[in-house]
Amino acid sequence: MNSRLLHALKKALGPGGVLDRPEDLMLYEYDGSVETARPDCVVFPRETKDVVEIVRLAFREGIPIVGRGAGTGLSGGALARHGGMVVSFSRMNRILAVDADNQRAVVEPGVVNSDLSAAVEHLGLHFAPDPSSQKACTIGGNVSENSGGPHTLAYGVTAQHVLGLEIVLPSGERMRLGDAAVDAAGYDVTGLFVGSEGTFALVTEITVKLTRNPEAVKTLLGIFDSVDDATETVAEITARGITPAACEMLDGWTIRAVEDYVHAGFPLDCSAILLIEVDGLRESTEADARSIREICLAHQAREVRLARDARERDLLWKGRKNAFGAAGRLSPSYYTQDGVIPRTKLPATLRKIEEIGRKYNLRIGNVFHAGDGNLHPIILFDERNEREFRDTIRAGDEILEFCIAVGGSITGEHGVGMEKDRLMPLLFSEADLELMRRVRAAFNPADLLNPGKIFPNSKGCGEIYVRPRPNATARPGP
Amino acid sequence: MRASGALGLSHLGDIIGEDHVVRDPSELASYQIDGRLPAAAARPGSQEEVAEIVKFACREKLVIVVSGARTKLGMGTSPPQYDLALDMSRMDRILAYDPDDLTLAVEAGARLRTISSRLAERGQFLPLAVPFLARATMGGTIASGVDSPLRQSYGTARDFVLGMNFVTGDGIAATSGGRVVKNVSGYDLHKMMIGSLGTLGAITRINLKTFPRPPATKTFSAAFWEAQQACAFRNALARSALGPRTLEIVSQSADGRFLLAGEHPPSLGARPWSVYVSFAGDAAALKRHYGELRSLAPAENGRGDWLRELEGQAEESLMSALSEFPAALLGRWPAAAILKITALPTELPELASDLASLDLPWAVVMRGLGVAYLALIPPDGSEGSLDRQRQQCARILALAGKPPYRQVSLPWCPGALKQDLDVWGPPPPSLALMKRLKSVFDPAGIFSPGRFVGGI
Repeated sequence: MNSRLLHALKKALGPGGVLDRPEDLMLYEYDGSVETARPDCVVFPRETKDVVEIVRLAFREGIPIVGRGAGTGLSGGALARHGGMVVSFSRMNRILAVDADNQRAVVEPGVVNSDLSAAVEHLGLHFAPDPSSQKACTIGGNVSENSGGPHTLAYGVTAQHVLGLEIVLPSGERMRLGDAAVDAAGYDVTGLFVGSEGTFALVTEITVKLTRNPEAVKTLLGIFDSVDDATETVAEITARGITPAACEMLDGWTIRAVEDYVHAGFPLDCSAILLIEVDGLRESTEADARSIREICLAHQAREVRLARDARERDLLWKGRKNAFGAAGRLSPSYYTQDGVIPRTKLPATLRKIEEIGRKYNLRIGNVFHAGDGNLHPIILFDERNEREFRDTIRAGDEILEFCIAVGGSITGEHGVGMEKDRLMPLLFSEADLELMRRVRAAFNPADLLNPGKIFPNSKGCGEIYVRPRPNATARPGP
Repeated sequence: MRASGALGLSHLGDIIGEDHVVRDPSELASYQIDGRLPAAAARPGSQEEVAEIVKFACREKLVIVVSGARTKLGMGTSPPQYDLALDMSRMDRILAYDPDDLTLAVEAGARLRTISSRLAERGQFLPLAVPFLARATMGGTIASGVDSPLRQSYGTARDFVLGMNFVTGDGIAATSGGRVVKNVSGYDLHKMMIGSLGTLGAITRINLKTFPRPPATKTFSAAFWEAQQACAFRNALARSALGPRTLEIVSQSADGRFLLAGEHPPSLGARPWSVYVSFAGDAAALKRHYGELRSLAPAENGRGDWLRELEGQAEESLMSALSEFPAALLGRWPAAAILKITALPTELPELASDLASLDLPWAVVMRGLGVAYLALIPPDGSEGSLDRQRQQCARILALAGKPPYRQVSLPWCPGALKQDLDVWGPPPPSLALMKRLKSVFDPAGIFSPGRFVGGI
């Protein structure tokens, strides 16, 4: 990166607003995925006008820009695949306005997901999207990836909670999309924008809906001696017309990994657990919890526990949300998939995953959002073993191909990023992808925002598309 | 763009068969928009035929207006040009319904009524309690962006449409989204199609989430002396744990005279404002609601009989009247104008005060989450009042285009009224970007050019 540009950036942002020493840049070559890519510099805007200045300076020189929140993403979305500049929003982390009566908040993109919920808790409100990384991930990142989380089963993904955005286009133009009120005029560009993985524009302000906290919450733990019994329980809950707030499943291996780490009280000798939460009015949650308990027992659940208080409930959720960290303690590396299937295909898909694991002699743990069919198989591997690494990628691809074959998708909430771009042709025709590229060009004509993401790389096969990280560390997962 | 007229259109029969081309002027009358007739209507039977027609229209520089049951063709600016009606009503199949996965896929021309009876067999439904329900197609409902009282709890189409197939202006059959309930692969192009009024392409297939029917519902009618009290009641409800399924604030003129055409008296006594609120869920939980609603009313509403539960037939006809409000009103007063004004919920009382000064008969239905439908009825429905009606509309368009209101448009009005009015109100700040997106989807500008926001 040329020194004139660095000088101009330092002048605009102050010396503390720019990192360009290799030892500093190393910290930004990772995110939550198994990929790496080192940027040429990292800049830290404090307000929208800084972002405008950054965009102007970079694009004058044809330098690509990649926006970054907390770097917890699992598809390489926040990595500078082709080098260039990372724009870290960590210093744009103010909650600008809270309107309790209308259940709205306006935030900067660097606000941490759970910080917003904590800030409005005294008003009886929260921000509904709750990825497992919510204590670290930012709302700007959630907007880029259209993040989910366990409670999106009942409350919907990020797109359903975003009403308006302020963006900075590659031209340097600031623009407002949507509005605090519903049904903004014209096309739903806000809806299109959420989940565009940083390829359209940089987001500098987000208007979100806040959700009222339920009067009552009941969290159940169903313990099963067979994976099939657990998945059939999920199907039966859906068929009976019950929509839990969350319905998560962990398989036996994951349970043991988690228990050893978190001590959530999961039984070590079972094959699967379901973590099911119902919320709403006291009376409805009691009725729903009763029905769910009956359904679990009718499907040979060994035991159904009900969290007695908030402490027990938090402990169960801690077990779920730290499952990926637990996997990281047991293996040098792991690769997490994000396939989605129609929920009735759960039993068949889990059997297939087991078969694929046997075929490649790989340990695959399963922890996932059972209620909406969003799987997260965790494939454990050792990146020092080149063959094992290649097999891991093959196994992952085979799982996703199966998801597609049963009518599903390659990603439910992690995004395509640079991890699954090569699989996009399995879902979309070349004409579909070309239309999407043209849509991107309406925002970002020179492809300078997060280049090399979502769309299959024209270099095609043979490229080493995933490199293992040297040291896996425990980190929050989806 | 110039119409190439009947000469170019003679080839349509080669694409879809002459049986599926309408050329007879008397038959074409039902495709008229604000007095303008197309030269022909084509009724394709497959996505491939749609793509062929679009390519043909593109070559011949013909302007296409996509239609379904033709219940909402008048929405939008009067068409500056209209050569071909693309009538999707033959593509009316339910392509897939997987009740255990809570997913559904239909062709664009599938009727809501057919779909809802199919879903009802499995105890499920779609939260689309929209006007013209008896005839409306899925494609028209989604493309027009009409909302329904159920959005209070289920959201709008953007929250439960999972994916789509559509044909763009250059004849490409495109796919967006998928059939599973959670999916972030690729851009959500289908979100752009929702409410785009057919200006981006022709929707051919829509994948949706379905919902289990709640075990029980309860509906209440609450009456208030002042709009402010009705809105205060709405605010108290929003702060409560009760979680309404629908919540509509309705003025007396709307509910007494216009909305229900005097057949049912769900409003109580002389109080001119009503709040209709319904709840769904477990029967045991619903027992609390009457008592808790009583405690939420502002003190100044006074004592007496202001809250009543509606059951059975009364509940059903109220819900139907609320969702059919625009259709019923236009059925009775074809010359009525209905404006849509959006605001934040706490801004609704101010809107009600502003309405008080209108000197035409008016009625308003305000959805609790901040969408108001304001109907202006010309006196006696006579044509002579057109000028006054136009002035009133212009006044409201000007008033509600400014803070505290967010957005105003005129979705339903007589064609004659549109000549000097922009039915879309002030354009959004992102109009230039929207125009670029329009040209991505429809490079030659053949899909309803000039009918959408900001002249798109």
